[in-house]
This record gives sequence, C-alpha cells and structure tokens, in this order.
Amino acid sequence: MAELKNEQFNELEQFIDSMSSTKGELIRVLHKAQEIFGYLPKEVQKFVAKKLHVSTAKVFGVVSFYSFFTMTPRGEHNIAICLGTACYVRGAEKVLDAFKRELNINTGETTKDGKFSITGVRCVGACGLAPVVMVGEKVYGRVTPDMVKDILEEYKD
Amino acid sequence: MSDVKVTIDGKEVLVPQGSTILQAARKVGISIPTLCHLDLHDTKMVNKTASCRVCVVEVEGRRNLAPSCATPVVDGMVVRTNTVRVMEARKTIIELLLSDHPKECLTCAKSGKCELQDLSEKFGLREVRITGKSQSTYKKDYSESIIRDMDKCIMCRRCETMCNEVQTVGALSAINRGFEAVVSPAFESPLVDTVCTHCGQCVAVCPVGALTENDHTWKVLDALADPDKIVVAQTAPAVRVAIGEEFGAEPGTIVTGKLVSGLKSIGFDYVFDTDFTADLTIMEEGHELLERLEKFLAGDKDVKLPILTSCCPAWVNFIESQFPELIDVPSTAKSPQQMFGSIAKSYFAEKLNVPRKKMVVVSVMPCLAKKYEASREEFSVDGNPDVDITISTRELAHLIKQFNLDLNELEDQEYDNPLGISTGAGVIFGTTGGVIEAAVRTAYEIKTGKELERVDFKQLRGFDGVRVASVDMDGLVLNIGIAHGLGNARQLLEEIKDGNPRNLHAIEIMACPGGCIGGGGQPYHHGDSSVLKKRQEAIYQVDREMKIRKSHENPAIIELYETYLGKPLSEKSHKLLHTHYSVKDKV
Ligand code: SF4
Ligand code: SF4
Ligand code: FES
Ligand code: FES
Repeated sequence: MAELKNEQFNELEQFIDSMSSTKGELIRVLHKAQEIFGYLPKEVQKFVAKKLHVSTAKVFGVVSFYSFFTMTPRGEHNIAICLGTACYVRGAEKVLDAFKRELNINTGETTKDGKFSITGVRCVGACGLAPVVMVGEKVYGRVTPDMVKDILEEYKD
Repeated sequence: MSDVKVTIDGKEVLVPQGSTILQAARKVGISIPTLCHLDLHDTKMVNKTASCRVCVVEVEGRRNLAPSCATPVVDGMVVRTNTVRVMEARKTIIELLLSDHPKECLTCAKSGKCELQDLSEKFGLREVRITGKSQSTYKKDYSESIIRDMDKCIMCRRCETMCNEVQTVGALSAINRGFEAVVSPAFESPLVDTVCTHCGQCVAVCPVGALTENDHTWKVLDALADPDKIVVAQTAPAVRVAIGEEFGAEPGTIVTGKLVSGLKSIGFDYVFDTDFTADLTIMEEGHELLERLEKFLAGDKDVKLPILTSCCPAWVNFIESQFPELIDVPSTAKSPQQMFGSIAKSYFAEKLNVPRKKMVVVSVMPCLAKKYEASREEFSVDGNPDVDITISTRELAHLIKQFNLDLNELEDQEYDNPLGISTGAGVIFGTTGGVIEAAVRTAYEIKTGKELERVDFKQLRGFDGVRVASVDMDGLVLNIGIAHGLGNARQLLEEIKDGNPRNLHAIEIMACPGGCIGGGGQPYHHGDSSVLKKRQEAIYQVDREMKIRKSHENPAIIELYETYLGKPLSEKSHKLLHTHYSVKDKV
C-alpha cells in the first residue's frame, strides 16, 4: 500500500486554505482528497474533519454514503465500469458482474495482490460505445461479459 | 409575526406563521402519531429529519399526503388527520418499517417502552405482508454503558441530533444508504474508542431498542445470591424523585423511603446514600475552591481559575477528549459515586472488619456514564474496583418488579448508618445548579466564619442552559457559571479559552439536560420535558424538608474526618478521594 505523503497532506491543506469558506464544502474537499491520495483512508478523513471543524463521524458518514468515495486504495489498474443510463440498458451490470466474478472482489474493492480494483462510474460521455469500460486511461467499448477475461489478460504478467 | 388560521378535522385554530401542522393540531387537542419527530422544548432538541412519514395527513388541494411534523401551515389550510386514506397510508408505512425490523420484541430491552411497538399495536398490525430486501446485519457494539444494536435502527436520527446538536460531541453520524443505513461512529468503530462521553442522552431519545443501556442487573442478582458477600447499595440523589414513575407515580413524586425499602426487600445488606458522599465531595471540592481562590487572589500565577466541578463523569470524558488545553481546571475531587466506593471499601469495611474483596458495592444511578466511570482503572485497588456494579434507575425498577414488589406499596424505611446520613446540600446534587449551591453554602461559612441567614441561593437555580450569577461572600464576590447539557458546557469552555472575560471563579457543569434528573438512565420521558421540571422541584422539596442543609454540618461527615481522614485535602483524603485526568485522543 502506498504510504501517505506529507506533500499530499500539504496539497490538500493548501486547497482547503484557499477556499473562501469551507461551509458546505465537505464533499468538494473529499473529492479533492481522493484525487490526491487515490482513496480516503482514516487519517485523511480525520485530517479533513479537523480542518473543516466537523466531526470525523460526519466525514465518515458522507464517505460511506456516496459510492464514488472509497476507503481502499485503488489497484495498480483500476477498472471503471460506466453505469450511466445508456451503458446500463445495454448490459453494463452483466459486465460488472463478470469482472467481480473473475477478480473475486466487489465494487470499491481491490484484489489482494493490489493489481486490480473495480469502481462504478457515472456516464463518461461515450454513450455511442456503450457499454463502456475503462482500465486506467484505456477505453473499451461495446464490452460483453465474454470479453472480460481477455481484457484482464492484457494486464496480467 | 401574524397568526394564520387553519382548519383541522373541522376545528379552526390560530397559530403563529411558520408553525407545523403537527403543532397546530396539538393546540386543538388532536393527536397525530409521530415516530421520528421529537421536540424537547427546554433543551433545544428538535429532531426534524421527517424520515418516517408516520405523521402524514391530508391537505385539501394537495395531491400527496403531507408529513405533518415538517409541513408548515398556510392561511386557510384545511387538514384532515383521520381519513381512511390517511389510516391506510400510516398502516402501510408502519408495515414497511416492520418489514426491515428484527422481530425480537420478546427479548428486546425496549419491549413495552418501544415507540415502534406501540404504533404497531395501535394500528393493529397482525402480520407483515411486505417481505422485501433482507435486513441489514450489523454486529452489536457493547460498551460498558451502552449497547448499540443497529439492526433495530429505524433511522429517525434522533440520537444524531442529540449527540451532535445538543451535546455537540459529534460521536455519531448517519452512514451508508438504503437498507444498510444506520447511525454509527466514525469508521464503525466501537463507541468506547470514540469521543462518546457515555452521557446516554442518545439512549434517552432512541424510540426503539437500537440504543439501550448495558444492563447489569443479573450481576446484582449474582452478588445477592452469594452468601459470602456483603452487598452494599448507594442511591444517587436524582433516583428518589424519578423511580416512582416506573411504578405509575406522577413525575416528581418523592419515594426516598420506599426506595430504601425496595433495596432492603431484595436482599441488600446495607442501603446507603450517595448524598452522604455528595456532602463529602463538598468538603473536598469546597476547600479546594477556597484554597485555589486564596492563592489566586494572592497573585499566585500557577493557580488556575475557574475551578470546574468534577462530579459528572460524562463531562469529565468530554473535557478529556475535546478540551485537552483545559485538562487541569476541573477539581481533582472524585465524583460522589467514586468517593462512596472508596470510603465503603476502606472506612466502612474496616469498621466491619472485613476485607474489601468481601464487599460488593452496587450503585443506583440516573446515569449511564457512571457505568463507564466505575470501570476506569484508576478507581480500583489491586484489580478490585471501588464500585463493583452500577445500575440505572430503570434497571433497579426492573429488578424490583422481578421481585414482584410494587414500590408504591412499600413501607418507608430509613437509610443505614453511617453512610446513609446526609443533608439537603447532598440531595441538590441531582439538579443543575445544585452542586455549586451546595458548595457555596459551605464555602461561605468557612470563608466568613458567619452563619448563613438564608441557605437558598435562588440566583443559582433555574433551567436556562447557561447561567451566570454572583454570590457575595461578605465582601468577596464569587462569580459562578452554570451549564447543563454539553453543548452549553462547550459555550462556557470556549469562553474560558478566550480568557475568561466574565471573570468566573467557579463553574458547575452537568452533561445532561436538567442535570442528573435528566440522566440517560432515568425513566424515559418520551419527549415530555415538563417531567424534568417536576423532578427538579421535587429535589428542592427534599432539600427544604431536611433537618440539616449544609454539608459541613453532617455529623457523619464530621465523624469521618475526626476518626479517619483527618481534615479536608489531607494526605489520606487525597489518596482516597481525589483523582487525576488525562487527555484522550479519540475519533
Ligand atoms: S439508533 Fe435509535 S435514535 Fe438513532 S437513528 Fe436509529 S432508531 Fe433513531
Ligand atoms: S452517549 Fe452521549 S456522547 Fe455518546 S453517542 Fe450517545 S449522545 Fe453521543
Ligand atoms: S452511459 Fe456509459 S458512457 Fe454514457
Ligand atoms: S414523525 Fe413526521 S415524518 Fe416522522
């Protein structure tokens, strides 16, 4: 697991300090924090709570409520499956299930070896290619459940 | 603001603009069932989550039913609260709630006092036809004081409002969503690892069995059943004005003698009074106050003022985890509960000539934090705790009922000697303002050497959350602050951090609204805050009726010092009656 670096905390602190008011900005700050750290471990949540003068319980409440926040570090290769309307109606859920089965993890989790993680995302703006899956920066279109094995194969070594 | 006119079930009513339909209905005596809603007028607790929808009504001209607890009235509004459509909707709502609720009423600690059970009964639900998603499955969380059983949580979020807005502790938050949604500490940590103060106010407002006290009555039974043990009870001041309610008495009924009787009937060897050690607390704390005050006035820079009372364990937890910078301002005097345990197992055990291990000290407290306090390591000698078991007022009532006794029918009996002898000053510890009034009664006479003409200090009494008053001690003016409810305490503490502009010398803090009379272990008030006021009146009545009303005049206390402790703040007193605090970093 990657260590949490001081520079990362500094960057987050600067971001928070640059806000004119932090009132009602918890979600925005958490987004930024996740962008910086890749996930939201306890220490980061405590840090945010202190900086924004809210309880850690409240921060955790928000983190646990929204599925796009995660407390586990992303895998080396994050598999983002679009669950937007277009992708959904064209079978994104089946694709998601196939990835889960293949990797034996749930959405928001990371494989034991730290290689893969799965997240569900909202419309990524490529509806013409639905259902869409992104591994890191690479986009896969018209994905079907039987393609899942091959996609994963590309990253195994 | 002008009033608006609404018609509810054909009755016209004028209410201030901004009122809810529920408030308007109550004004004309129409009761609408509620579940999540809770308004404790005097303590700033209003739960407005409007999450349950049990309170829906029909509003003319609107298509959907409206939740009456959250819908403001408008002029000319016509409301119906009891149509068939409304009844059907409420029934379905309750059925939905039950579909996701464990059917464990037989063994639930709230059974008989559960607001969901009451509603189910009221609406005659005989089966739950909705079998939706599976129920959530959370592990029960046990702390010394509180058990959290989140499978029973109905997400009214009253506890969250209480903990965050009234107490400003911030231990709880709603987490997750949908069927998985519950209220939890950060990271789903066990409550003991969090900033929770164990005040138990969340338990006091939870409508169901999701939050309950950790019941220790079975431990009491074990002790009573053991022929080798000497079982000693102490009863806190606030218990005598509340426990009657559990047996159908009016709030504020004083049942001191019957309480003693009840404890004797179920087999306690000695029944003593925490009021005795409340008097002892005053001797120690009062002298500490005077000593600090004198040094302070003499210009000693090492002396911190104000001095803060330290009888309330939830308050002590609060300062330990939230105000590390003020950790050395509370009095070092132990709480009356702990002083009692300490004296019972030294002074009294020696009198009886028995080893401390043979004695079991049971506390009956209005409080859940006292359970946690008794379990703190510093309050034990060689692993043997000063107070072995702490049960709440509710738990004792339950125990007495198990013995098939009706408290109201019992003959009055007297407390045993010597730890049952007390004064009016001891009993007022049970209400906000009482500890400091008791301290002033004693400090005044010690300081001035004169006898008080009037022992009642009315300026210290009342129900406002934060009160400041001055007492003239023969030229020396003592400025006193009083707060009850931790949110109010926070206000005073922030003021102290900001340099104590009002120059307060002494501050009394109690964590619960109203003080111990409103403790988390008292009979449930179910949202009726007039109950607390009646208990408060009763406390002052007990005080008025006492022969002795000043702690330093308590003959048993005088004897304790003469034959055992020496004098207040002596070395022996320090060893037995004082403690220390430590900063606790918690989430
Ligand atoms: S624990 Fe009790 S008070 Fe808290 S939200 Fe659940 S049901 Fe309501
Ligand atoms: S016991 Fe008091 S501090 Fe602890 S969670 Fe309940 S309300 Fe909050
Ligand atoms: S819905 Fe998947 S890309 Fe738009
Ligand atoms: S009581 Fe009105 S919504 Fe719950």
